Amino acid sequence: MKIAIASGKGGTGKTTVAVNLSLSLQDAQLLDCDVEEPNCNLFLKREMEPITEVTTVIPEILEENCTYCKKCSDFCRFNAIATLPNKIMTFPALCHSCGGCMMVCPEGAIQECEIVTGIIRKSTTKDQTGPELYEGLLDIGQTMASPVIGKVKKYIDPTRTAIIDAPPGTACPVLTTLEDVDYCILVTEPTPFGLHDLKLAVEVARVLNIPHGILINRSGSGDDSVEKYCADEGIEVLMKIPQDTRIARLYSEGIPFVEEMEEWKEKFMQLYISIKDRYGRSEKA
Amino acid sequence: MKQLVIISGKGGTGKTTITAGISSLAENSIIADCDVDAPNLHLLLEPEVIETFDFHGMDIANIDDEKCSGCNLCIENCNFNAIFTDHSINSCKCEGCGVCEYVCPENAITMIDNPSGTVFSSTTRYGPMVHAELFIGEEASGKLVTSVKEHALSLARENDSDLVIYDGPPGTGCPVIATITGADLALIVTEPSVSGIHDLERIIKVTDHFGIPAIVCINKYNINEENTKQIEISCEENGIMVAGKLPYDTIPNRAMIGKKTVIEYADNEFSDNLKSIWRTVKAELDATS
Ligand code: SF4
Ligand code: SF4
Ligand code: SF4
Ligand code: SF4
Repeated sequence: MKIAIASGKGGTGKTTVAVNLSLSLQDAQLLDCDVEEPNCNLFLKREMEPITEVTTVIPEILEENCTYCKKCSDFCRFNAIATLPNKIMTFPALCHSCGGCMMVCPEGAIQECEIVTGIIRKSTTKDQTGPELYEGLLDIGQTMASPVIGKVKKYIDPTRTAIIDAPPGTACPVLTTLEDVDYCILVTEPTPFGLHDLKLAVEVARVLNIPHGILINRSGSGDDSVEKYCADEGIEVLMKIPQDTRIARLYSEGIPFVEEMEEWKEKFMQLYISIKDRYGRSEKA
Repeated sequence: MKQLVIISGKGGTGKTTITAGISSLAENSIIADCDVDAPNLHLLLEPEVIETFDFHGMDIANIDDEKCSGCNLCIENCNFNAIFTDHSINSCKCEGCGVCEYVCPENAITMIDNPSGTVFSSTTRYGPMVHAELFIGEEASGKLVTSVKEHALSLARENDSDLVIYDGPPGTGCPVIATITGADLALIVTEPSVSGIHDLERIIKVTDHFGIPAIVCINKYNINEENTKQIEISCEENGIMVAGKLPYDTIPNRAMIGKKTVIEYADNEFSDNLKSIWRTVKAELDATS
């Protein structure tokens, strides 16, 4: 089954939960879809090998064929082309790769030029204990996260358990990540900021119609507003990870806390089983 | 008038706590929340909204069933797979490029206006504030950030302000780039964890790339003093000033629950250090031309 770990914003402990949960399971896949800042491997410290690049197509103008008719720049809704009386410029960072300019150019002066926007990496099979990690990484300066996320998700093996670390926020990259997952764990902190962001995350899960529950991280560090909200809304609180300087210290050193605090492996396993029993799709064979 | 952005590479480092603290110290400033995807600053500053502006992102395609002949040219040509087989539009995926409208032989497609958020102009106890709210599933585009900034800058001109303070979005993507463009100084908030160090390196690449001078502040420095040391050394090697360090403390959370800035809430090491960071930031801002 596919379980996504999300939160309305960053820094609530999403990656911590994704990493520790996947380490507590046998034979899980962990997919880091936070492609702007993939952080899972800072904790797993695997050898990673690039398996594929994510590319997109942007226009390249053959200026000798161009008549500066402006049809392309008039068409482009992203201001990625500017036509001057006898000069034409493209701004690749603004281009969304819709292909429109190439269609409208009457002179055939625009050709496709492939550029790399990101890369997908996978943990090498040599040191395979614990989860198999896939991560997407968007190149700096690139803005189109969703295609990279889509490509990471292609590596999900439907016969196994996939834990998906979602990007922060409530925009398209999150929706792309959460599309067709079976369950979503929303990680939050028991503070007013946490509650505010949690409400946004719950809205996303509801819009997508994904069963979801809450995991409260740094429990005890704030107030009880998150729990009140969950009770009022009928949202299940799945687990609480306490505010604990030992956990914070291990986090800062990049050590998954289940490795030093074994009893948590069992707790994460129970969490997984309780979700799987209720929301897992029956798998073939 | 100077522009200060407060960014962090990722969320949860205490950026908003620090922004709010600084805005309670700065005089004659305008505050803008550019973290339009998950804005939090309003929870501390409790703005009173004076004016609202609709924000329109990209237009979105709309197909008229009556005119559609079902030729599927639109589906074939949409590079974003945004058109379902029944010729309805997946509004999350549609980038508003207009290609489908162009290829449709029946003129069944029109690009329609797509309200995607709201920009607010407000007052707070520390001066005017501009903030925004994005509808779910809408891209936290640079365009909305730019709109927040434009409103903030025009307020700053009207009020003859000395400073605009931007609470930046997390990440290194489009909204961050839109936020830092034109800034005089970026205050980067980091924390001494392995991931904090990693994110710091990435965000410094971004500020470097856009030629924005940056200084660093280390939050929760005492959680891991070796990592703090490492951040200080690497900043020094890269010629980036560390403006100060803030201890791990329950004050930010307690202040947050009390809807106060840390400066208002307590007089202790945390708020003292933040005051000293503000003095350093101010001196750096004054030194920029
Ligand atoms: S491919 Fe689309 S977005 Fe890119 S330049 Fe051409 S028209 Fe503009
Ligand atoms: S549409 Fe073609 S010919 Fe016209 S300005 Fe663009 S590239 Fe040149
Ligand atoms: S406007 Fe562009 S992205 Fe939207 S449906 Fe049409 S072709 Fe696809
Ligand atoms: S291109 Fe136009 S006519 Fe053809 S399927 Fe699309 S909307 Fe219908």
